[in-house]
Amino acid sequence: MDYSNEALLNAQAIVLAGQAIGAGLALIAGIGPGIGEGYAVGKAIETIGRQPEIKSTATSTMFIGCAIAETTGIYGFIVGLILLFANPFLKYLGQ
Amino acid sequence: MDNFTINGPRVVFKFTVGDYTVRITETLFNSWIVLIIVSLLVIWLGSRLKKVPVTKKQAVAEMAVNFMNKLVDDNLGIGLRLYYAPYLAAVFILILAGSLLSLFGFRAVPSDVSFTGTLAIMTFFMILYNKIKYNGFGGYLKGLASPAVLTPFNILSEFATPVSMAMRLFGNLSGGAIITSLIYAALAGASAAVYGLIGIVADNYYFSFLQVGIPAVLSIYFDLFSGVIQSYVFIILTLAYIKNGKE
Repeated sequence: MDYSNEALLNAQAIVLAGQAIGAGLALIAGIGPGIGEGYAVGKAIETIGRQPEIKSTATSTMFIGCAIAETTGIYGFIVGLILLFANPFLKYLGQ
Repeated sequence: MDNFTINGPRVVFKFTVGDYTVRITETLFNSWIVLIIVSLLVIWLGSRLKKVPVTKKQAVAEMAVNFMNKLVDDNLGIGLRLYYAPYLAAVFILILAGSLLSLFGFRAVPSDVSFTGTLAIMTFFMILYNKIKYNGFGGYLKGLASPAVLTPFNILSEFATPVSMAMRLFGNLSGGAIITSLIYAALAGASAAVYGLIGIVADNYYFSFLQVGIPAVLSIYFDLFSGVIQSYVFIILTLAYIKNGKE
């Protein structure tokens, strides 16, 4: 593709803006794990309140569940990182 | 935000073999440090053992071994600890020491996707081997196609296992590192603003006093807590996948 200098700058600006917006949208994925982990922790606290003798088991199980629930949020976070710092779409401008 | 960049692991040094340039990255270099430290620690802990522990050193060593043995016993049943406990303990101590290295100012080893990817692929093949060992190759294929409609999804989820294990570890550790460096940059800016308020022109060499102490609180979460929890989760997930394949 062939651009004049000004058009190239404009195209770059559009691509960079799109990447920034996309990174922000990707981090919305953090909502799901937040709600899920909060629910899991709440239930664990309920369980501990009802049966204080299984506190250690409930706590370790809760942590594992939280770490697994976090996975989708981490995926969104990695996509956001790639968009922000690796600039994957600039190469389509033909540079 | 001018003084804030995020880099991958730097190349510490490189040398040439024939036409090929070998680049030793920070991840590789730091994992060598981890290997040396862990090897020396384990050799020291394992030397001069008595039948009945009299030293504190041996009590600590037995506690660590018992922890891993009990984990395998609880999850997989009695009698399998010799098969699984050594590998799991090695992975656990490698991830743990690698992430705790960031407390000393080094780059955490698991915040590189090539390191976590290596561990996840090794673990994936171990899980695969165990599934085939317990079910037979035909049983493994049958398990993949058990609801016949869901066969493509089952095959996809087989390959999602190593990806999710690698990305979980990488995302947690590198996310902590990024947030910590963001906090450092923000505190430098804030202390420059405070210097500006009291009339001192802050150049590049001023002492940004807000960076003292405040990041340590965050470091407890992002370096200590996150590293310990994630290494524990890694081996617990490995155990869970093996247990899944056994049934």
